[in-house]
Parts: sequence; C-alpha cells; structure tokens
Amino acid sequence: MHNFWTIFGIWMAAFLTLAIFSFLYKDNPFYKFAEHLYVGTSAGYMLIYTYFLTIKPMLIDPITQQNQWILLIPAFFGIIMLTRWFPKIAWLSRWSIAFTVGIGTGLGITGSIQGLLVPQIKGTLIALHGWNGATLNNFLIVVGVIATLTYFYFSKEHRGFVGKTAKLGITYIMIAFGASFGYTVMARISLLIGRMYFLFHTWIPLIK
Amino acid sequence: MRREIPLAITFLTALIIIISFFIPHAPFGSMQDVSLKWYAIIAGFTMLLGVDSLIHMHYVKIKRKKEGWGYSLVLIIGFTLLVLSGTIAGIRFGSAFNLKSSFIYLYNYMILPLQSTMFALLSFFIASAAYRAFRARNLDATLLLITAVLVMLGRVPIGYQMWHSFPAVAEWIMAIPQMAAKRGIIIGIALGGIAVSLRIMLGIERSYLS
Amino acid sequence: MNIFERFEKIDRRFIFLLVALAVLIPLVLKVTMKIPVSSPVVSAFNAVDTLPRGTNILISVDYDPASMPELQPMYKSFLYQCFEKGIKPVMIVQWPLGLPLSINTMQEVANQYNKDAKAEGKDTVVYGRDYVNIGYRPGGVALVVGIGKEIRDYFESDYEGTPLDSLPMMKDIHNYDNFALLVALEAGSMGDIYVQYANARFGLKIILGMTAVSAPDAYPYLQAHQIIGLLGGLQGAAEYETLMKRPAYATMGMTAQSWVHVLIVLFILIGNIGYFISRKKKRS
Repeated sequence: MHNFWTIFGIWMAAFLTLAIFSFLYKDNPFYKFAEHLYVGTSAGYMLIYTYFLTIKPMLIDPITQQNQWILLIPAFFGIIMLTRWFPKIAWLSRWSIAFTVGIGTGLGITGSIQGLLVPQIKGTLIALHGWNGATLNNFLIVVGVIATLTYFYFSKEHRGFVGKTAKLGITYIMIAFGASFGYTVMARISLLIGRMYFLFHTWIPLIK
Repeated sequence: MRREIPLAITFLTALIIIISFFIPHAPFGSMQDVSLKWYAIIAGFTMLLGVDSLIHMHYVKIKRKKEGWGYSLVLIIGFTLLVLSGTIAGIRFGSAFNLKSSFIYLYNYMILPLQSTMFALLSFFIASAAYRAFRARNLDATLLLITAVLVMLGRVPIGYQMWHSFPAVAEWIMAIPQMAAKRGIIIGIALGGIAVSLRIMLGIERSYLS
Repeated sequence: MNIFERFEKIDRRFIFLLVALAVLIPLVLKVTMKIPVSSPVVSAFNAVDTLPRGTNILISVDYDPASMPELQPMYKSFLYQCFEKGIKPVMIVQWPLGLPLSINTMQEVANQYNKDAKAEGKDTVVYGRDYVNIGYRPGGVALVVGIGKEIRDYFESDYEGTPLDSLPMMKDIHNYDNFALLVALEAGSMGDIYVQYANARFGLKIILGMTAVSAPDAYPYLQAHQIIGLLGGLQGAAEYETLMKRPAYATMGMTAQSWVHVLIVLFILIGNIGYFISRKKKRS
C-alpha cells in the first residue's frame, strides 16, 4: 500500500510528464513551466552533489579529519577557476584550466596509442587465407578500414585509384550511418516506452 | 607571464603523465597519482561555474521583470527547493543521498520524470523526420536507407517473426561493414587526437587559454 | 491530388498519435514475442555466469533518467544474476545524475532477491557483505586511471558516507586486480574511457551495456577483443532477460518497440513512394 507522499509524488510526476508531452501539440505555458522547473531542479541537484560528493569527501573531510593540508593546493586551483566571475583577476582561472588540459593531453596521448591505435590496428591484421565465409568477412573488414581511412585522408587528391578507394569508403560510411540511424530510432522509441510504462502502469494501472 | 605560466603548467603536467606511463615508479608514479586526484577535485569545481551563470541570468530577468520572468521564477524556486532539501538531508542524515531524504524524493518525482520525458519527446520527432526527410535521392542515400531499414527490423523480435534470418543479417551488418567503417573513423580520430594533444602540450595550440 | 501526395501533407501530430498508439496498445495487451539472442549478449552472459561464487565484479552505472529505460533493465538483470550466483558486485557511478538510480535499483533488486531467496530457503544478501555501492566522484578519465592503483584514493567511503574499511566486503578490494570483470552500463563516452584505460592499461575484462545510440560504436572493440560482451539498447536488455530466463520489462517493451519500428518503416516507404511519384510528375 502506498502512503500519501508516494501517491502525491506519482501524481506530480504524471503531471510533469504530461506537461512536457503537451509540447507535441504546440508550445504552451505548461511545457514552459516544466522546462524551467527541469533546468532549475537540475542546477540545484548539481550544487548539492558538488558539495556532498566532491568538496566534502575529497577536501573538507581529509583536511579536517586527517590534516591533509596539501589538499589546499587543488582547493586553491578549484577556487581560482571561479575567478572567471571577476573580470579583473579572471586570468587566474587559466592556471586551473592549464592544469586540467595538461592532464587531459597527457592521458589522451598515451591512452589513444595504447587503448585505440594499437589494438584497433592489431584487430585489422587478420587472416586472409582459405576459401570460406570467415576469410570473406575478414577481407571485407580490411578493405573497409583502408577505404574509410582513405576517404578521410585529404593530403592527396581523391583521383584515380585513391579516388576509387575513397568512393568505396563512402559506401562503407553510408552503411555505418544507416545502421547508426536504425539504432538511434531504436533508442528514442525505448525512451518513449519508458514514459508510457510510467503513465499507464505506475500512474494509471492499465498495464498490469 | 599571464600566458607563459599556464603554458608551462600544461607542458609539465602532460609530461609527468607521459613519463609516469613509461616509468611508473618513484617519483613519477606518485606524482601522477597526486596529479590525477587533484584533477578530479578541480574538475568537480567546474560544475559551480555553470550553475552560477544560469542562476545569475534568471535572477536578472526577474529583477528587471523581462518577458517570461515568471518562468525564471519557477526555475529559481526549483533550484532553491533542491538546495534546501539537500542541505536539510545533509544535516539530518549526514548525506543528501539517503533514500529517506526529501532530496531523493524530489529527484524521484521531479527530476526523473522531467528529464526522461524531455528525451522521450525525441521519439516523436525522429518518427516524423523518418517520414519527411528520409528519401532515396541517390545511390548513397538509398544504401543508408536500406541499411537503416534492415537494422531496424533485424534488431526487433517482429523481424525474427517475418524472417528467421533477419537478426543474423542485422548482426552481420553491425559486425562487418559497419564495424569496418567505425574502425576507420576511430583510427582517424585517434591520430587526429594525438596530433592535437601534442600541439597543445608544446604550446602551438593555445585557443583553450583565450 | 493522389493518395500519396495527400499523405505528404499530413499533419505531423497525426504521426505523433500513431506512434503513441503503437507503443501503448502492445503494452496494454501485454503481448510478448520470442526474443532472438545475439552472440555478443551470449558471451556477456556466459562470462558472468561461469564466475566462481564469491568473485567480486565491478558494475559502473553511467547513465541518468534520460536513458534509464534502456539501461536500467540491464542493471537489474546483472544484479539479480550476481545475487543468484553468489557473485559480489561493487557499484561505482560516473554520472552524478544517475547516483540515485543506482541506489534505488540496487535496493529494489536486493529486496526482490531476498524475497525470492526466503521463499526458496536460500541465503539472503546483505549490504556491505554481498554488495556495495561506492557512489560517485568526479574526474572521469583521471578517476578511471587513478582507481587502477587504489580505490580509496578517491572513495574513502560509500555512497552514504560509510567508510569503506568498515564494510566487510571491501576489506580486500583495492583496485582493478580485485575484480574478475567490469560491467559498464553506458549512456555516453565513459565506456570508451574504460576500454582505453581500464582494459588497455590494467587488463580489466569488460562487458559493455550501452544505449542503442552508442552501441554501434562499440563493435570495433568487440572484434578487437577489447571487450568480451556487448548489450545494445532495450533489445540487448531483453536478450539478457531471455538468457536469465527472467522475462521482465525489456522483454515486454520489445513488442511495442517492434510495432513502432514497423510503423516507421512504413512511414519511410510511403514517404519514398510519394517522393518518386511527385518526382516523376515533375519530370513529365
């Protein structure tokens, strides 16, 4: 048996769901209300989690309970990030940005080579001998990877053999985009199913 | 100095991460550990930037009674509600993320339906777009269209009812030609990403500092 | 004006209505269909199912309400499978807006399992001993690399603030070496980050459960053996439910999904027939 607050919550959620869906008919005040409420509540959520899941456990607790004073340095970098609000000292925020960009590039260079380039190239170095289905598939993979790469290679004009390979690359890319479109349709419809299930199962128990 | 110091910081931090990848021992290993943790903390602060500019913008709108200020008020009220409930939960339970807190209640019955419905709207638009814009204008578009249809039918149970080999065909498209093209794109992106990262590290690319 | 030209001028709200009905009617009628199972899902299922009792696995819950309908059913299935097989999951969250989802669902599945277990006279599961949720910390890629060395550098406590060392299950868990595999439920790019760092650098085996939007991008990882299994969208979730022999939300949803897909394919067909007819007319 649901208590009052659960039932109230479900009705509120149903109202907000319908308010957003009302946009399908046309833009209207209910939709605008829900849209602004969404942005506001999300921002409030962000502020709270930043405190409870970042600042408190990663800064305040270790500093006050374990005397990890060294953490004042990232705290300082974090705070000067906020100097963007004050034009006169806004340049200070570049230090924090520079730090995060430095870490990002360092990780990016090593990660791309070890985690993408090497394994992906290795995965393309596959057997092409024997007359069977597996070999045909492998052949299609090797050709597809080379053709797609050729299409994105702009340092040489797409003419003659290179042009033909690039054209084959487009064919592969079109298949990939078609597949992605099909999958995107699938994803969007699933989200609708989720909301319908809420409306007609949790709110109005039409779906048992 | 306003440019040199940030450029030096970027270069040095990137260098520490790269060296410690190859030599994960002292002192580089621990330098990396510290840097990564500091990065996480600093990244945590960036959220505050967005929240502030949003609230400021709507505050000004209300103060000047600009058109639609009522909606801005709704936004501020929503924001205040979450912040208040989160703070109260923090005091009562020691964390805002206690399942009994009003903060989680507001998440469950406000943020959750709002966000999920916002994205569910897209399903209607993609259906209408499929109807209006998806045309077999030329060979490439036709290929795209046929693949999309095959995958759409092959990845649902009804496709299996129509033709038992439909799922296998869809899986083949995904695993062979689709995969090959995506791999080509991934390798291209990885190469490009490495080039850009090196340019940033060496201070050739500086747009992030502007 | 022929019928196809008339179709072309149709109010799009009519299309919206058809889509809504195509979803609603199968759900209300509760029709279910046989779910064909694909090999990437079978490999994912087998990888978890063959783990010995007492093994720890990591489940990364990286989605928010926007993609909940696709990934939540996967999360539920994996959790239930862990409880059933005596595997001990540790939940980690990389999407802050998804933290409450990860906690709510964990409680829900644990309650459901305990109810079933009691009815069958089996052992129940207890938080801290059989499963843990360490929650969210910021950092993304830095965090993924950082916890490769020590989880406690980032998470001193669980989602509610309980110190990790006071949870019996966490005593011997320090980094990826202590997990047999990672199940990463992804609505964005965290899956790529796990593959590039947790797998490539630390050798952690990975199963990806992805939204249908991002699932196609994971096929190159699958072929290169950077991941050992892949679940794509609601269909992936339904396939997993089928393998678990516990048909639930995803299996039911796939019927509605089927009919909408048929409807959209019809839309595309009608749209194109109309297009060709009007093109022919213009030419003549």
